[in-house]
Amino acid sequence: MKRIISILMENEFGALSRVVGLFSQRGYNIDTLTVAPTDDETLSRLTLTTQGDTQMAEQIVKQLHKLIDTIKVVDLTEGAHIERELMLVKVKASENDSRTELKSCVEIFRGHIIDVTPSTYTVQLAGDTEKLDAFVEAVSHMGIMEVVRSGVSGISRGDKFVCA
Amino acid sequence: MEHLSGGDILIRALKDVGVKHVWGYPGGAALHIYDAIYRQEDVVHLLVRHEQAAVHAADGFSRATGEVGTALVTSGPGATNAITGIATAYMDSIPLVIISGQVPSSKIGQDAFQETDMVGVSRPIVKHSFLVTRAEDIAATIAKAYYIAATGRPGPVVVDIPKDVTEPNYKVPYDFPHEVKMRSYQPSEKGHRGQIKRAVKALLQAKRPVIYTGGGIVIDNAAEHLIAVARKLNFPVTNTLMGLGGYPGTDRQFIGMLGMHGTFEANTAMHHADVIFAVGARFDDRVTNELEKFCPMATIIHVDIDPTSVSKNVEADIPIVGTCTSVLKEVLSLIEQSDISPDTDAISDWWKQIDEWRAKHGLYTASRYEESSGETIKPQDVIKMLYKITDGKAIITSDVGQHQMFAAQYYLFDHPRQWINSGGLGTMGFGLPSAMGAKLAFPDTDVACVTGEGSIQMCIQELSACTQHNLPVKIINLNNSALGMVRQWQDMQYNSRYSQSVYEESLPDFVALAEAYGHVGMKITKFNELEDKMRECFAMKDRTVFMDICIDRSEHVYPMHMPGGSMRDLWLSKTERT
Repeated sequence: MKRIISILMENEFGALSRVVGLFSQRGYNIDTLTVAPTDDETLSRLTLTTQGDTQMAEQIVKQLHKLIDTIKVVDLTEGAHIERELMLVKVKASENDSRTELKSCVEIFRGHIIDVTPSTYTVQLAGDTEKLDAFVEAVSHMGIMEVVRSGVSGISRGDKFVCA
Repeated sequence: MEHLSGGDILIRALKDVGVKHVWGYPGGAALHIYDAIYRQEDVVHLLVRHEQAAVHAADGFSRATGEVGTALVTSGPGATNAITGIATAYMDSIPLVIISGQVPSSKIGQDAFQETDMVGVSRPIVKHSFLVTRAEDIAATIAKAYYIAATGRPGPVVVDIPKDVTEPNYKVPYDFPHEVKMRSYQPSEKGHRGQIKRAVKALLQAKRPVIYTGGGIVIDNAAEHLIAVARKLNFPVTNTLMGLGGYPGTDRQFIGMLGMHGTFEANTAMHHADVIFAVGARFDDRVTNELEKFCPMATIIHVDIDPTSVSKNVEADIPIVGTCTSVLKEVLSLIEQSDISPDTDAISDWWKQIDEWRAKHGLYTASRYEESSGETIKPQDVIKMLYKITDGKAIITSDVGQHQMFAAQYYLFDHPRQWINSGGLGTMGFGLPSAMGAKLAFPDTDVACVTGEGSIQMCIQELSACTQHNLPVKIINLNNSALGMVRQWQDMQYNSRYSQSVYEESLPDFVALAEAYGHVGMKITKFNELEDKMRECFAMKDRTVFMDICIDRSEHVYPMHMPGGSMRDLWLSKTERT
C-alpha cells in the first residue's frame, strides 16, 4: 500500500542524505520525494511516498524518527489527508485538431496551458497522483514529449498539524 | 572571555566534557589539532599504529568504564581506516566520539590530497555526524557530540573538522555550553506505565518463563536491577553474547548464553517458554535461528531503549520503550505491590525440567569434549584454566572466531563490563586494541585478550603501542594453525574443503615476534605445562605476555544451531544432535 510520510527536520548540512541513505540502507524504496524549507527557515519539510504494509511503515517511521535531525515524522496515510502533486507536461500540438482536443482536455482536468509554441503546448496540472496519471493517459496518444512531476506533497485534514 | 584558536578550543572542549584520554594518529589535516595537544597536559594522547586500533582502543576503554571513548584521526586514509572501528562500535551501541581532520574548507570537493567525504562515508554506521565549518562552532559541536553519543541508545558520533577551522592564528572567544538542548533529539527514558503493568501481569502468570537479556543491561548499568527482578521471581536467566556479565555467570538461575553457540538448556528453555522477558536484547539472527520457528508458544515482552529494535525481527506482544534500569525498577516495584502471586509450583516444575536438560547436555555439568592430555590441549581447557588462574576476575577481551565462542562459553562472567567483544559486527582485530583500552582504564586489573592466530594478526602492530604506553595486557593465543570457525563451517557444510582457511607453513614465530616488540613470549605445546606457564604469565604484572598455545586443531564449537531450525535444533557434537 502507498504511504505518504511527512518529515519535519532541522535544515542542516547532510540531513537529506541521511533520510535517503536510510531508505537504501534498510532496503526500502522511495517512490517520490519533495523537500523545501518551511516558513521557519531552520526547518525543512520532506514528503516522501513509499510502498509497504503496516509493519514496514511502522518500522520506516521509527527509523526516520531515530535520525537525530528529525523533529516529527507522520504517516499521513493513517488519517484523513490531502495530497497534491504538480506536473508539467509538454505535448505535441501542431495540428488545429489536436490543439483543440488538448485544450478541452486541460479544461476538464482543470489544468493550465502555460507555454505555447507552434508545435507544442506545455500544460501545468495539480492534483493527486491518480488524477495526474489519468491526464497522462488521456493525452498520451497526442505525443507526450516530456513529463515533469514534483512528487507528492501532503497535509492532514482538519485541525491536526505537524509542527516543531 | 578567553580567545583561542580552533585547535585549542577543540582540546579545551574535550577537557571540559571530561575527556582524559584520546587514542589517535596524526596526519596533515589534523596537525593544528596535534599542535594544540602538544601545548597542554590535561588531555593525554595515546599513539596507536593504525587508526582502526585507535577506535577499537577507545571502544575497549568505553566498554570497560561506561564512559564515552575518544579517537582522533586525520583526513582521507586516516578517516577510512577508522571506519571498521566505528562500524564495530555502532553495531554494539558503544558511545564514542571520533574526531577526524578534513582538508581545508576551500579544498573540499576538489579531490584534494588525502580528501575523503568522511561524513558521507561514515553515514550508515554512525549515530550522528557533524562537519564543523567555523571555529566558533567547535565547542558547541563537541558538547552535542558527547551528549548524543552517551544518551538514548548510545553510539559513535563523528566530528569532521576542516584544517582551516583549527588554524592557530584565527582566535575566537571560547564559550563552552554546560547544557545541551536539542529540539530534534529527546531520548525517552521511562517506559509506558500501562505496558509495564501488562508485562508484570504476564510475568506473574507465567509457568515456563525465561528472562533473556542483552548488551542493554551492561550499557545501562542495570545488572543490579536485573538480579533483583530475577531473584524475586526465581526465573531462569539467559544472556546474549553481548549481555554476558549482565547476570552473574556462576549464579544458579543463570542457564548460560543462548543462540547459535548457546547452551542446550538456554536454547531449549527458550523454545518451550510461555513468557519471554527480553530486556536490552534485539532478537539478532545469531540468537533466534529461523524466525518462523522461533519460540512458538511464547508471549514476548520486549524492553528496549530503541523503538526500532522493538518488533523489528520478532513481533513483541508487550512492547516497552525505555531504559533497562527504569523499566526493571518499575517492574520490581509493581511485582511487590501486585496481588497476583506467582505460580511457584509451575516455576518449580519448570526448574526441574531445566535441571534435567542441564544434567543431560549442559556445558558445565559434564564435559562436552574429550579431555586434554599430552600434546592435545583443548581450547575449552585453556579458557577454564584462564578462569581458574585469574580467579574469574579478569577483564577478558576477544577477537572473532572459535576462541571467542569458547571464551564466552567457559569463562563465567560474574560482573558486567568484564567481557569485551565485537558481537554485532564480528570484527577480527578487535581484541588487542580493546584490551589496551581496558587496561588503560583499569591498570590494576588483569586484562587478557583471548584470540587466535588469525585474528591477532589483524591488529598485531599494536604490540608496539603496548610497549610505548606501558599497557601490560596478556595475550592468550589459541593457535590451531587455521581460521578455525571458517574451517568448522567448511567441515560442516563444504565437505571439509579448506578453501583459504589454512596457512600453517607461513605462520610467524609468535614468541620471537613478541620479543621483537619488547614483550615476553611463551609457546605451550603440552597440556601439563599450561597451568605453570599461565601462572608465570599472570605473575608478570608489568609485562605484556604473549602466550602462544598450540591447541587441538580439530576441535569444533558446540552446541551449534542447525541452519533453518528452531532454537532447540542443535548440533551437540560432531555426531550428536537434538
